[in-house]
Amino acid sequence: MASLSESLLQAFPEGIIETGSYLGDEIVVVEREFLVAVLSYLREDPSAAFEMLMDLTAVDYLGQVPRFEVVYELYSVSQKHRIRVKVRVDEASEDCWVPTATSLWLSANWSEREVWDLYGIRFEGHPDLRRILMYEEFVGHPLRKDYPQNARQPLIRRPDAPRTDDQTTRLLEGSHDRRVSG
Amino acid sequence: MADGTSNYVPTVLQDAINWAQKYSLFTYPFATACCAMEFMATMAGRYDIARFGAEFPRFSPRQADLLIVIGTITERQAPVLRRVYDQMIDPKWVMAFGVCASTGGFYQNYTVTPGADQIIPVDVYVPGCPPRPEQVLDGLMALQKRIQEHRGHVQKEIGPTATVSVKDRRKLPLIQDGTTMSLDEEERMPRDGRVI
Repeated sequence: MASLSESLLQAFPEGIIETGSYLGDEIVVVEREFLVAVLSYLREDPSAAFEMLMDLTAVDYLGQVPRFEVVYELYSVSQKHRIRVKVRVDEASEDCWVPTATSLWLSANWSEREVWDLYGIRFEGHPDLRRILMYEEFVGHPLRKDYPQNARQPLIRRPDAPRTDDQTTRLLEGSHDRRVSG
Repeated sequence: MADGTSNYVPTVLQDAINWAQKYSLFTYPFATACCAMEFMATMAGRYDIARFGAEFPRFSPRQADLLIVIGTITERQAPVLRRVYDQMIDPKWVMAFGVCASTGGFYQNYTVTPGADQIIPVDVYVPGCPPRPEQVLDGLMALQKRIQEHRGHVQKEIGPTATVSVKDRRKLPLIQDGTTMSLDEEERMPRDGRVI
């Protein structure tokens, strides 16, 4: 029986950048143009049958090019196997996007909002790409490694509140897209 | 000595009022995190906060005079805490329960408010992660001492309650730091805090 990554390599010879495995779970790195095709193959193909999107998250490899990796953790309830799909996106705002997976798994909706909120990676085609954890007034994406570690953006403060050693939040204004553009 | 004799009755009356207030605290537990477990232990039989007259949690801020901030306050939640505080009736006191409510604790990051005192004036801080019930009772006794000496934040702001009728207190000037509102301001609260 061919492994999942082998059958993926056969189905998408140009779409798979890298394959590997870690602790018995397979990992594939996919070109962004092939991401939706690969994910829907993994969901629909009877030997793969990944009905569940366990998690969708991102990693910031600050200093590397491309900078971000969006990670899809899939699980098949019927086949009882897992796979980790990664796609690499770069930092420049016109390039910092991934096609949405909400048409395949509804649970991708909130996960993609979370990744947008905390990392600033857009999901093209998402039905409702708003912040989900931070408040609308928040500027920037706090889990990016270049977000100042101790900067706060308070909604309210007492005028005579005790002083803290916060870094000023003014530094952040204009550094990232505040809302979804386009 | 005419002044001395005229102040005598209100002062004694104020002491009596403070004594009554310190032994009949109605608590509003603003419980957001794991410290609430320790608060439950403090409430329950073994430590029995009822010995100090503070055993009656009211889950409406209108009926409470001690706001216990139990747990982490996030920046997103801060306007809610402020609103709860503004809804409480004078005189009122605040206890910061645990290090997160006191200083933010080890959450020194973008999301956690560095202490409830950034939002509302805090009368007594109880350290600990979480504090043991003994510490909470110690903090409560420190607060009772403060109440008796008329040193609470709001007590100092509104002055002696023994000589000010409720009607008069409606005419009190607004507090400068913007954290407390007079009764006639209540309708259009909050004054400067943004509330979702």
